[in-house]
Amino acid sequence: MKMTIEKLDNIRQQMKHVWNLREGKARARITVKMGPDVAETGSRDVVRAFLSLIRDSGVDDVVVTASGCNGECKDASTAVVEIEGKSPTTYRDLDEGKVRKIFEKEVLNGKSVPEYAAASYGGVSEAEPRYRMNLMLCAGTGCVSNNSLQLKEVLNREIDRQGLGDEVQVVLTGCNGFCAHGPILVVQPEGIFYQLLEEKDIPRLVEDHFLRGIPVHDYMFKSTEKELPIPLMNNISFFKKQRLVALANRGLLDPENVDEYIGRDGYRALVRTITSMSPEEVIEVVKSSGLRGRGGGGFPTGMKWEVCRNSSGQDKYIICNADEGDPGAFMDRSIVESDPHSVLEGMLIGAYAIGASNGFVYIRDEYPLALNRLSIAIEKAEEYGLLGKNILGTEFSFNVQINRGAGAFVCGEETSLIHSLEGENPEPRTKPPFPATSGYMGKPTNINNVETWATVPHILKNGAEWFANIGTEKSKGTKVFSVVGKVKNTGLVEVPMGITMREVVFNIGGGIPNDKQFKAVQIGGPSGGCLPEHLIDTPIDYESLTNAGAIMGSGGLIVMDEDTCMVEVARYFLSFTQDESCGKCPPCREGTRHMYNILAEITEGRGTEGDIELLEEMALLVKATAICGLGKTAPNPVLTTIRYFREEYEAHIKDKRCPARVCKPLITYNIIEDTCTGCHLCFKNCPTDAIVGEVKELHTILQEKCIKCGMCFDVCRFDAVRYG
Amino acid sequence: MNETLEKTEQIEQVIEKFRNVRGSITGLLQDIAGVYRYLPEEVLEQVSEELDLPLAKLYTLATFYKSFRLEPIGDHHVCVCIGTACHVNGAQKIVDVLERELHVNAGETTEDGQFTVETVNCLGACAMGPLITVDGEYHGKMDQNRMKKLLKKYQSTKRETV
Repeated sequence: MKMTIEKLDNIRQQMKHVWNLREGKARARITVKMGPDVAETGSRDVVRAFLSLIRDSGVDDVVVTASGCNGECKDASTAVVEIEGKSPTTYRDLDEGKVRKIFEKEVLNGKSVPEYAAASYGGVSEAEPRYRMNLMLCAGTGCVSNNSLQLKEVLNREIDRQGLGDEVQVVLTGCNGFCAHGPILVVQPEGIFYQLLEEKDIPRLVEDHFLRGIPVHDYMFKSTEKELPIPLMNNISFFKKQRLVALANRGLLDPENVDEYIGRDGYRALVRTITSMSPEEVIEVVKSSGLRGRGGGGFPTGMKWEVCRNSSGQDKYIICNADEGDPGAFMDRSIVESDPHSVLEGMLIGAYAIGASNGFVYIRDEYPLALNRLSIAIEKAEEYGLLGKNILGTEFSFNVQINRGAGAFVCGEETSLIHSLEGENPEPRTKPPFPATSGYMGKPTNINNVETWATVPHILKNGAEWFANIGTEKSKGTKVFSVVGKVKNTGLVEVPMGITMREVVFNIGGGIPNDKQFKAVQIGGPSGGCLPEHLIDTPIDYESLTNAGAIMGSGGLIVMDEDTCMVEVARYFLSFTQDESCGKCPPCREGTRHMYNILAEITEGRGTEGDIELLEEMALLVKATAICGLGKTAPNPVLTTIRYFREEYEAHIKDKRCPARVCKPLITYNIIEDTCTGCHLCFKNCPTDAIVGEVKELHTILQEKCIKCGMCFDVCRFDAVRYG
Repeated sequence: MNETLEKTEQIEQVIEKFRNVRGSITGLLQDIAGVYRYLPEEVLEQVSEELDLPLAKLYTLATFYKSFRLEPIGDHHVCVCIGTACHVNGAQKIVDVLERELHVNAGETTEDGQFTVETVNCLGACAMGPLITVDGEYHGKMDQNRMKKLLKKYQSTKRETV
């Protein structure tokens, strides 16, 4: 069914009650005390009576919740009614008749239910299913791999068993970003956060919280075992300091339901753009907002669009680069899985501004769930006529096609991506000409990253000034980061530009686990650099990071601790870029290979005097002469680790020692005599029979047989195995 | 025998689809891989012939991209993520366990054809690392012991092939 502007508005109106429930935006809140025995006290009937009146009247800003008993029987069939702007009122001994009277008098301000319904439904009675509780169950890749889909089945079964099917709805949402704590469930309208859920937890959760109104503290978030649980999601430090723009719909909507997106003001920016703005005006807004490309380049987006618009030629293209190749980064995966329509809306606005009528989304093959959600979103948008010819009755037409990557990091580079789309060898070429003037099939092409596209609708909806007021002078707005590695709260965060690295790692990230020392944070993936401890207060913005020798990159932040060897990290990154090098230009093909070889020798104890200087010389040469961004930035991890951790390189080369005790040829495993109990566990688990010893006697490791796998260290319960 | 016939028919459909809408050649190879789980030489020759595409071009793309393989895949496809976050959390040890237990190097298939072990540069589930997938199913927070146990589970339930 093709959409018109009026139909979109209707959907928005119809979805209002859903959004008010999920955001807890109630003008009136009715809390029903459940009493000690829910079956006897009639509290369930009171809940149902209120819910039924909400349904029948069509009112959309009222919530009814169940609250647990405090042991006093006079609470039975009691409800507290809180109306915005008035003091709460308690009503006791309720029955259906009294409930109706209170509802009409207090909530509907003296109107009767049928009267109110007529006004709400335009004279046609159309009571929709209304729920008093939405269970937002995360179905992002992380939680799905932890069985959240099976949890949905169990939840629905228990909800039905308790007779709550008409009151409580399970909604599958996209990624919440707190993946290490999944499966995650957020209860709305209360905003209560549950984590690490298992099937066996569900019956208690449904009975205690959803039926009796007593939230279950055992399943809530605790920052450490000793701390008290934190019930509300917005009070958890991981979430508290974030500022959501691109991730605004995170965990709140079903990504496969386009009506929910429309209900939360989705496609509103598109309507405004194509019906009341000229393409030049749109470009001015994006320019004034200060939005810079979020894929890593940081180029001003509005300017890029303008160049493309002004390039000669009728046929123009836009591309969404969803080939998120940086290892350790999953921002784009999360956005596409959770809110695919925000990307489509951004692309539509961009296509209108630039004058393109065709577009591509080039998405990584390793993201099957994101691919699926995007396909569904495109299908729905086409069904609604939001993609295709004469969108919303205007002259503007736009079609988009999905292309899957096939596992090549270099295809994240724009000219390589274009060649891949064209079916040519996916090798980059020199620039100029830039894609904005000559791109796909030689036509002007604008490529932007997923996060950039997803941010555009928010800028057009709220205005350039709104966006420019967030962030710093030269780095406006927010940025999504994946905070991973050696950090307690691993996950995806969106923060305003200008926040310090310290706040991200220690406040939001919760600091380093296992009482280890922070060492460095790697930003920008294999193209980036590391920030050591003395630079931890660096603000996160494009210029500050470049000055420190790092780059913003696409947003991967890998936290490293005292057990990470920085030389080995450099070797690891070079092995990655060497592997992914397309081979076209000698500086990258040969340069990264030789740099890798030198680093491998150093980590294997065969480094020689002069290696560091040679690495630096080669690095600068490769940076200056490689054709594309992959080659030009491949030496960055080497240069920054040498800059900030030169002493580690020297220890490897001069002393044949790995201070972080990582590089296998430079460490030995030993069993401590005083601590070994002879439990024989290490003996049983050693894959090369390198451990000798009788039960209850001291065990020893035969160094010539030991392959340094660390199994003995992993299995020992007495801390008797040491390595170094 | 039936299965071979079915696959031949599917390839016919893939060829027809490309003939009607000349999309990207990478997409064509992905469709072939979707039928056979790898790119058989005979099929590439057939496609080259019927669609008038140079065989050299097909092989350039088939050997450039990591997700294509020219050898049949084992019954179980084990992928270890060696992205930076997983690497820093000990992914290499998981690769070592697999190589040791199955007597193969990463990128190879075991002699009995049961397992193909590969490394992948990032699965995008970094908060769950170290992460592996077995036949597309994700297993997060891996360590050496859990890896050994998981392998045993697959080894004791052999996959039925028709």
